[in-house]
Amino acid sequence: MKIVVTVKQVPDPNSNLTLEADNSISREKEVVLDPGDECGVEEALQLKEAHGGEVVLVSMGPERAKDAIRKGLSMGADRGVLISDASLAGADALLTARALAAAIKDESPDLVICATESYDGSTGMVPPMLAELLGLPQLTFAKKIEANGSTVKVHRQTADGYEVVEGATPALITVTAAIAEPRYASLKGIMAARSKEIKQLTAGDVGIEKGEPAETIEGVADAEARKAGEVVEDDGTAVDKIVQVLAQAKVL
Amino acid sequence: MASILVYAELNQGKLATTSLELMTKARELGEVYAIALGGGAKAAAATLGKHGAKVIHVNEDAAFDDYLAEPATDAVAALYEKEKPDIILFGFTSDSREVAGRLAARLGSGLIANASDIVANDGGFVAKVPYFGGAKIASMKANGKPAIVLIRPKSFEVSEKAGAGEIQQLDVTIPDGSKRARVTDRVVEASERVKLEDARVVISGGRGMGGPQNFPLLEELASALGGAVGASRAVVDAGWVPYSMQVGQTGKSVRPGVYIAVGISGAMQHTVGMKTSKVIIAINKDAEAPIMKMADLGVVGDALKIVPALTAAVKAKKNG
Repeated sequence: MKIVVTVKQVPDPNSNLTLEADNSISREKEVVLDPGDECGVEEALQLKEAHGGEVVLVSMGPERAKDAIRKGLSMGADRGVLISDASLAGADALLTARALAAAIKDESPDLVICATESYDGSTGMVPPMLAELLGLPQLTFAKKIEANGSTVKVHRQTADGYEVVEGATPALITVTAAIAEPRYASLKGIMAARSKEIKQLTAGDVGIEKGEPAETIEGVADAEARKAGEVVEDDGTAVDKIVQVLAQAKVL
Repeated sequence: MASILVYAELNQGKLATTSLELMTKARELGEVYAIALGGGAKAAAATLGKHGAKVIHVNEDAAFDDYLAEPATDAVAALYEKEKPDIILFGFTSDSREVAGRLAARLGSGLIANASDIVANDGGFVAKVPYFGGAKIASMKANGKPAIVLIRPKSFEVSEKAGAGEIQQLDVTIPDGSKRARVTDRVVEASERVKLEDARVVISGGRGMGGPQNFPLLEELASALGGAVGASRAVVDAGWVPYSMQVGQTGKSVRPGVYIAVGISGAMQHTVGMKTSKVIIAINKDAEAPIMKMADLGVVGDALKIVPALTAAVKAKKNG
């Protein structure tokens, strides 16, 4: 089974984000492989261990995004593909999906695994776009995958439980963090990753040109700030204070 | 006059409240049409009509319930070709975004996700999109034809409008090629006592709770207050509690009378889902945690001691 996992380099979720002077989120932060993608890579590796095949990581980003791919390779993925081109900086979801789709098409995978959403944007729009552009069905919000030859079955997380969703391969699956606990890269894995191939593609290689984006940012304003409240050390009276607030809010 | 198409989300025949929020807003933007698909669409259409839809396009083909995303995408795309609305509004929910994403790729129009408001402007539309945890709001002009905008649940209050819409059968055949991701079973694991989105009081726990073994402390407080328990993405991802409890940009948006954040630092992904709560109380070890800056009352201390004491005090007050 050939599996493509889409991966993204994001600002470390454990660091505090800051804004640049132009109100964009600073990209100069510590960057890591998206923790959601780590779960997807882990699941792909487990599927490969059970069924054989190959795990290919596909990403789009600046040159340094190779570090994120390398992290996945050190976990055990076989090779990587990075679409990197200055003209694609600031790409919107559709442009990103188009570039990824072009690179993935060349791989003809049986499965494409994506995190349900990235840690930085958290909008989850690229996977359904990617499925459409690749002409694949999408089995989404999976917390469990059973692959069986030419069919897949997932448990799709819902508000009060899950749905069982079945389909034939090739298919695109989005996974939640519940899918698998990512393994730590072994020293051997880290060493091996150094010599694994990361193919680099330009916008021209994937036949993508930046067109008109879906939106034009006309301005940025501060949201109505909440009035700063009272902060108290718990000296034994905090509970009484909370009870007062609950009573004032008429919920008690 | 601008024409607005609202994608009404049905969950096993039940109309999502978010769809009525969209209807209420859409009336300010122009002439409103709606599309409702799957079992229960006709009943939903009557409700949509009472909320300002001039025409409701319905199709009750079982394929919309039995298969994910693709049949719905086909139907909306077919209606778009026929009616050419200027803008299509979707709720920013896990089901709707899957249809919106496919549609935006198929029509080549792109989309704007995670909006909290939309206004008509200069013959077009400008979406307000919160980011940086809701501290900043970007105004984004929609360039797509059609414009496709996904709006966060709870962004607008629902109100009815006198009149009834005209229900029209949407003529569309779903090809077998779109019947691929088939729902073969639905399993209910947990029934919520009080729905998180509807609760007057929400008590959410984060990493500061120490582990899943301590979440019953929050359940007890919630039960004393008649509220519901939520969680941050960090603890959902860590597997402490199910995704259904996640409050944040993804997960649920809540707007209760009182929101109590326990052991939650206030990461942006979380605050955007709760910052419009009327009163926010934070309990955290760290006086510098971002949540303290937005709380009406911030208590610096040990949550595992404060929460049980608070539960006892609430019970005492209720009984006294």
